[in-house]
Amino acid sequence: MSEILLIAEQRRGELRPVSLELISAAQGIRRPEDRVAIAVLHERPGSFIEALGFAGVDEIVTVKVATGEFDPDTHEAALAALIGARAPEVVLVPHSVDSFGYAAALAARLSLGLATDVFRLERDAGELVATRGGYGQKVSVEVDFPGRRTVLLAVRSNVFKPPEGRASPPVTEFAAPACRSRTTLEQFIEPPGADDVDMTSAEFILSIGRGIGEEANVETFRELADAVGATLGCSRPIADAGWLPKSRQVGQSGKTATACKLYIAMGVSGAIQHLAGMKHVTTIIAVNSDAGASIFSVATFGIVGDIFEIAEELRRHF
Amino acid sequence: MKIMVAVKQVLALDEGFTIRADGRDVEEEYFVRDLNEWDDFSLEAAVQIKEAGGQEAGDEVEVLVVSVGPDSVDESLRKCLAKGADRALRVWDESMAGSDPIAIGRILAAVARREAPALLFAGVQSSDQSFASTGIATAAFLGWPHAAVVSSLEYRAAASRALFRRELEGGLLQEGEIECPAVLTIQLGIATPRYASLRAIKQAAAKPIEVLSLADLTLEAGEVGEAGSASRVRRMYVPEKGRAALIEGTPAEQAARLAAIIREFKGAA
Repeated sequence: MSEILLIAEQRRGELRPVSLELISAAQGIRRPEDRVAIAVLHERPGSFIEALGFAGVDEIVTVKVATGEFDPDTHEAALAALIGARAPEVVLVPHSVDSFGYAAALAARLSLGLATDVFRLERDAGELVATRGGYGQKVSVEVDFPGRRTVLLAVRSNVFKPPEGRASPPVTEFAAPACRSRTTLEQFIEPPGADDVDMTSAEFILSIGRGIGEEANVETFRELADAVGATLGCSRPIADAGWLPKSRQVGQSGKTATACKLYIAMGVSGAIQHLAGMKHVTTIIAVNSDAGASIFSVATFGIVGDIFEIAEELRRHF
Repeated sequence: MKIMVAVKQVLALDEGFTIRADGRDVEEEYFVRDLNEWDDFSLEAAVQIKEAGGQEAGDEVEVLVVSVGPDSVDESLRKCLAKGADRALRVWDESMAGSDPIAIGRILAAVARREAPALLFAGVQSSDQSFASTGIATAAFLGWPHAAVVSSLEYRAAASRALFRRELEGGLLQEGEIECPAVLTIQLGIATPRYASLRAIKQAAAKPIEVLSLADLTLEAGEVGEAGSASRVRRMYVPEKGRAALIEGTPAEQAARLAAIIREFKGAA
């Protein structure tokens, strides 16, 4: 029998949805004799027991640590002790900003096998195989972990469906070792509020990316968006350059276009972080001069062409 | 005071690329090499600290760029020199081929032990393999404090601490303070990367690039390359992907079709 240990993630007292997706991810690699345990680290870890009670979990492990929020040294020390004590075969963590701050450190310290941003996991003749993207997601890469007793996998969010059946698995407590943290993480700062828009409720978005070339061209697309009745959005480089406010950025570190039904992406290459923000969209139309751009692999319709020409022609219709 | 900036020469794939006969990588002739997008930002953040003067500490700030790779990587290191790095150092040995972020982290940690920087920057992730692991693995081998996804930074030399903000999902930020020496992984947008002037490019071309070997770092061949890595590539393949239905024709015809789709949507909404 071996153990699959899941590390739940919470922020400001709320379990992050990807925590539950780990439970589903684990079911694909568990053999009949395997056990699935899910651990949660918090100053009051007991407050998450109910939220973690799903079928497919054999044990909930509450790990009491000094802080309520993530802190790299505390997390690393507690998880190193937990992994040392339980010797799981597999540790699943979310591929998230928090795990960026501890997953590789644990793998380095404990000589674990490691793969991050994993979107498929399976067994081949008993051996664990993880699949992730390579070369800007243009290829899929299968990796394995010869000779590793424990393998840590950081699992991409929104790939595995959250579990449905509720259950009340037994709870055990784990005492984390004392740890002096060399990083103090203090208050959260909310992202800048919507200037005049709420991308999350927009049903029709016209989004611009690096392809617009320079700041002076933003106006052309703002007018086009107004004319067709769309909300103007953008990808990260446009917001980073300060050409549009951060509140208009669609993607992992920006807004998720949750209500969007029609999304026109102009000059957006389609980095995975941007695609994460448009996963709910019903119809995507991509306009890009690069026929090989990733955006065409998620778009419903594609126009390979010059975004300025298309914009000018489209303007004649509205 | 020294800032070490770990950089990577990333590989993009040219159109029509094919998978190698052994099925474990892409044919080398299709690789297009460039400096990792994130590293442009971490270099800029380091150069800005240098330019701000380190007056508080009363000493000069030296920006050292370090990369692991064969001599083709010199081109990316020279780009960094042209954009304000003072020194460039490349580590290579044939045994390092196939190193994953854990093996690279071990190598970078060995360099950091020699160079003793106060701050070590790495990009949050690379644009080719997106592991988001190298910087933090380096910190673990050094036993240094670390913070990931830093989107703004203020170094307090006298206190040997850095104040920073890290960027969480959805654009939420969190403030923090960290003891130095520390490893910080730097997010896009922390600063606006500069363009190198022609003069700087010429000067960079004449600057030496130090090269260190395995022995210089007292590492063993078994600690790097595939042997020192935490995973092994079994197979690489081109995934079945959805493909957009292409709207063909002249720009006017394409736009007309797009306009029709918009009208249809608005009619239904």
